[in-house]
Amino acid sequence: MAANPKFRDRDLSKRVAQKIQDVAANLGSIKICHVCGTHEWTITHFGIRTLLPENVEVIAGPGCPVCIVPASEIDEAVQLAQENVTITCFGDVLRVPGSKMSLLDAKAEGADVRIVYSVEDAVKMAQHEANRDFAFFAVGFETTAPSTAVEVARNPPENLSFLIAHRVIPPAMELLVKMKDLNLNGFLAPGHVSTIIGLKPYSIFPETYKMPTVVAGFEPLDVLFGVYMLVKQIKEGHPRLENEYSRVVQPMGNVKAQQLILETFDLINGNWRGLGQISCSTLALKPKYLPFDASQKYNVKVEHGVDIQHGCQCHLIIVGKIKPTACPLFMKNCTPQKPVGACMVGNEGTCRIWARNMRIKT
Amino acid sequence: MDLSPQTCLFNLIMMCLAIPARVVTVQQDKACVDFGGVQREVNVTLVKAKVGDYVLVHAGYAIQVLDEEEALETLRLWNEILEAEPPQQ
Repeated sequence: MAANPKFRDRDLSKRVAQKIQDVAANLGSIKICHVCGTHEWTITHFGIRTLLPENVEVIAGPGCPVCIVPASEIDEAVQLAQENVTITCFGDVLRVPGSKMSLLDAKAEGADVRIVYSVEDAVKMAQHEANRDFAFFAVGFETTAPSTAVEVARNPPENLSFLIAHRVIPPAMELLVKMKDLNLNGFLAPGHVSTIIGLKPYSIFPETYKMPTVVAGFEPLDVLFGVYMLVKQIKEGHPRLENEYSRVVQPMGNVKAQQLILETFDLINGNWRGLGQISCSTLALKPKYLPFDASQKYNVKVEHGVDIQHGCQCHLIIVGKIKPTACPLFMKNCTPQKPVGACMVGNEGTCRIWARNMRIKT
Repeated sequence: MDLSPQTCLFNLIMMCLAIPARVVTVQQDKACVDFGGVQREVNVTLVKAKVGDYVLVHAGYAIQVLDEEEALETLRLWNEILEAEPPQQ
């Protein structure tokens, strides 16, 4: 099937870029933050930063779900794997560094670690191998959490438990707003998370923090129009919440998915790698589902994890305070083949995206 | 505008994290969907999808039914914005 050129139209892109230049002229320095690895991919891969005027900067926030999983939670999964529990996880998680080793290292040493396409695959494996204990390492933002909730709520097999590492994005965005040294002027909000949560959770940003916020899609023109809508709001001095991605994101989001999340999980405080603890940002199974909680079931105890290895700048890159190229390890000691920091591991990690698109001026 | 529903909706969203696919068959909470030639079974518990719909698939689960009219409206609005608003200084 041929690609539809309209959402990547070169002429249209140039015209939007010109519009951004016109509106942003004389506005001073503008810093826009996105919080989605797929946005970073679009921006870097298509060279969108080269189309923006010098006074408009787009930085990458903590939008990579595997990059922000703290080392202590990787350590828990490694410990389980070493105790003869089969760990099932998405492929991205496999190489994320724990304090001492990744799940891939544990697999190399003989542990049973399996990549799955969905949580449903983990359920099927547990059903087919009833004599083995399985744990699904549930990583991801609001986009992924509903699928975990579906399987937890429908009485999974007794030999399957869940190591929940789901995080929710709006509290992390609030943390960024409060970082005064970041000096943000607007948010490009994540389209696929918004597919689930809708628009309402973002209303706090324009209303409380006077921060222009636009939910945007992932085609180059989506991002360009998202930036255009933001600079227009800034010029008008009227911060508000807008939805550029209306073909996918409905104002109320996916209500059924939200209900499932609410029925299955409680919101608790949780650590984010490189960001520390963020209030009400982490999902944990409700008490009635505790028999399916892998940490409880196997009494997993880990020491405080080592999130950032010596020399690694992931804690600064993950909030957009520095670019990957400013990290002394980038493409020297830390490469996609042999990553040191989590941002170089996940396909949505800023360092990995920059490493894969280095020929493009960013 | 030269946009068939297939080419329009199939290419709305790029990348592996959430991919649009056309629903071929539905049976209870499972659907066979077509990712532009590759067919796969996905879970449709989270959406009300019917045959012919385009759904957004993330990690084996359909998370939203795509809105074709909104897609065409987006393209129309983009052109309108670019043509209607004079350059600002």
